[in-house]
Amino acid sequence: MLRFILTRVSLIIPTFIGITLLAFFLIRLVPGDPIETMAGERGIDAARHEQLRKEFGFDKPIFVQYGIYISRVLQGDLGKSLITQAPVWEEFKALFPATMELALCAILFALAIGLPAGILAAIRRNSIFDHGVMGISLTGYSMPIFWWGLILILVFSVQLDLTPVSGRIDVLYYIEPITGFLLIDSLLSGEEGAFASAVEHLILPTIVLGTVPLAVIARMTRSAMLEVLGEDYIRTAKAKGLSRYRVIALHALRNALIPVVTVIGLQVGVLFTGAILTETIFSWPGVGKWLIDAIFRRDYPVLQGGALLLGIVVMSVNLIVDLAYGLINPRIRHHR
Amino acid sequence: MKKSALLAAVCVPAFLAAAPLSAKTLVYCSEGSPENFYPGVNTTGTSFDASTQIYSRIVEFERGGTKVLPGLAEKWDISPDGLVYTFHLRKGVKWHSNKNFKPTRDMNADDIVFMFERQWKQDHPYYKVTSPNHSYFDDMGMPKLLKSVEKVDDYTVKVTLNQPEAPFLADLAMEFAAVQSKEYADAMLKAGTPEKIDQEPIGTGPFYLVQYQKDAIIRYKAFPDYYGGKAKIDDLVFSITPDASVRWAKLQKGECHVMPYPNPADLQAMEKDPNVTILSQAGLNIGYLAYNTQKKPFDDVKVRKALNMAINKKAIVEAVYLGSGIPAKNPIPPSMWSYNDSIKDDPYDPEAAKKLLAEAGFPNGFETDLWAMPVQRPYNPNAKRIAELMQADLAKIGVKAEIKSFEWGEYRKRMQAGEHQMGMLGWTGDNGDPDNFLHTLLGCASAQGNGSNVAKFCYKPFDDLVTKAKVTTDVAARTKLYEQAQVIFKEQAPWFTIAHAVQLKPIRKEVVDFKLSPFGRHTFYGVDIKGK
Repeated sequence: MLRFILTRVSLIIPTFIGITLLAFFLIRLVPGDPIETMAGERGIDAARHEQLRKEFGFDKPIFVQYGIYISRVLQGDLGKSLITQAPVWEEFKALFPATMELALCAILFALAIGLPAGILAAIRRNSIFDHGVMGISLTGYSMPIFWWGLILILVFSVQLDLTPVSGRIDVLYYIEPITGFLLIDSLLSGEEGAFASAVEHLILPTIVLGTVPLAVIARMTRSAMLEVLGEDYIRTAKAKGLSRYRVIALHALRNALIPVVTVIGLQVGVLFTGAILTETIFSWPGVGKWLIDAIFRRDYPVLQGGALLLGIVVMSVNLIVDLAYGLINPRIRHHR
Repeated sequence: MKKSALLAAVCVPAFLAAAPLSAKTLVYCSEGSPENFYPGVNTTGTSFDASTQIYSRIVEFERGGTKVLPGLAEKWDISPDGLVYTFHLRKGVKWHSNKNFKPTRDMNADDIVFMFERQWKQDHPYYKVTSPNHSYFDDMGMPKLLKSVEKVDDYTVKVTLNQPEAPFLADLAMEFAAVQSKEYADAMLKAGTPEKIDQEPIGTGPFYLVQYQKDAIIRYKAFPDYYGGKAKIDDLVFSITPDASVRWAKLQKGECHVMPYPNPADLQAMEKDPNVTILSQAGLNIGYLAYNTQKKPFDDVKVRKALNMAINKKAIVEAVYLGSGIPAKNPIPPSMWSYNDSIKDDPYDPEAAKKLLAEAGFPNGFETDLWAMPVQRPYNPNAKRIAELMQADLAKIGVKAEIKSFEWGEYRKRMQAGEHQMGMLGWTGDNGDPDNFLHTLLGCASAQGNGSNVAKFCYKPFDDLVTKAKVTTDVAARTKLYEQAQVIFKEQAPWFTIAHAVQLKPIRKEVVDFKLSPFGRHTFYGVDIKGK
């Protein structure tokens, strides 16, 4: 097991370097330069442009810039945003909890509905329920997030007046961020109704962001279950006269969950991509919106830092999933 | 709304213990986060909207207009040669305070000098703080224009210019000239956190900042000691909502009271909503197609005139601006003083255009490029669509135009370098002065290098007029000069003037006395809210 963990962890280093390289050079391939963007509508004259390039160090050869960047990163300095001048880490720290809160809710929502739906669909294979689940999940999977979000707002917020339109909490509440997780902060604030307001605001974005993972999890669970249900040991279990419930819950489910856990790990990346759009529609102040703005403003330090930090989060989650996978499935760690 | 009102009724007493129970809150659904709270380095309306509530300036624009009124300066004298401006400051103007800073003195001449020097003197300790790019200060020509800024006494500041500059006062009413506290700046410098003054701003304006959460909320409170008297609303909240359709949903539900930049597709529904009023006003802007007058065949005025007649302006404005634009004939908008209404626009006449083109030596037309901006701008909602319409019109007189586009920053840079033959661009006025359009966009000085004269139009009779008007302080005389300049502009046709975009602002019925700013700003001093 130790060797397994070590190999897994050692993979992180090249991945890490890869991310810094990609984040650093890809954004520089995108046309447009940050100084032009900073000058806004009015443009900037050549001499001033040159002077500012020097101020920001963009006049140095690109590999030298990369070297400086890496040495700073290794010292824990991600740089400052070109636009706001706030340290990238500070901005990330302030915004990430919002994304995290939303992503956690979305994945829980996806699991809460996706798992049972997938299991039931597998058990009642070819029934109307099965076809229904598969049809709906395919629709959910192909739903454009932007459109889906607006539809939900129109129906549930504007027409039915059940949920608020956007934001994280009613503007009447003045909540000082303590943990950054509004569900917790609103409770800590002691303001009556703040928690309820935070929950209300979470409903629609959770559904929108959770839709794709839900569809994937439902489909994955179903096919994993079907595969397991066809195995010899299930037949043996049934032959032994075990109840249907015991066969499914104890024997089949445990084994079927193994591939599903991997899929959940992979969905973390998908969640962050989805968060970019979801956050924009619902005015959700998270890292997705932050990165989008950084792209438009050619805010190199934010993009580099943001990609790196999100990369670390995704890598860590995948590492945990891998390790968990190794725990539930001993074959993985021995057969390699 | 019903539910949140109920919710509010329950919670308000709990959290506003110190505030009166009848606190009036106005929520503005703004479109994005400000870059910071220092307008001296900002270039976007979004950032200006966020900071303009907090600061005051030496002089101010009248609410809803372009007239310059006293601000921190109660009155001023201008020397007869137009070179020396002496500002007499208002006494007893109080600063805001926050957890890091409690002011010990009122606003005085030191603060005014600080405002100038921070943007002007490269060795000033604050010059590079937040950003060394003082875009508007540079662009308004301040570094060259200013000779000296002196404190005469605590309440008198003397500004000496190198040459007379008619728009100078109007420039000082612009956002970049927001006055910050020198005392606060010194304290923060001493504490080693100079950037704090731009992130946790202290001003003398009608509202002070209470809380800012990036991409979520900006919370202000009315400043009770504001020199102009306390604002009518108690709390001002910017609820940051990037998507236009979502802003509209929030306005419908009463989650916000004022929204900027509506989606044209939603306008019909907005008109039908009994709770909503749409305010409209021709903006201080122009969208145009610039001919590169230094490149063949556009160096020939006949070609330019021919193209002006070949494009169906009315059809473009109707199809693309969807009722939110009016066809433009002059390079300045009709709401601006000195607008010459006696000028006749070039008629839409493809036959005449063909003839003129033949006279210029192109009986079979020619090939050219047509640049279209990749982004939506206030003065041009869809440049690519306009380009397609123009392309079709031009094809009818034998001119084959190839549509080109680049990433926005790149696009502007290349246009300013003069790489195009024909290209669309536009302008939103900064200070309500015709100089800001006619000299900035069409004068010889800005036709050189990377200036903003993208038609590269340098025509002496025109340039003489606008340069003379720039140094004349008599408004009547200036008006005459600008009217003449517009006549020459039409004859020489460096642009095909497309349209002036109309500013549309949906607000809820309970909002009282919100005034549209010709500059496209959103200010909430003087605004009230009914029934609360």
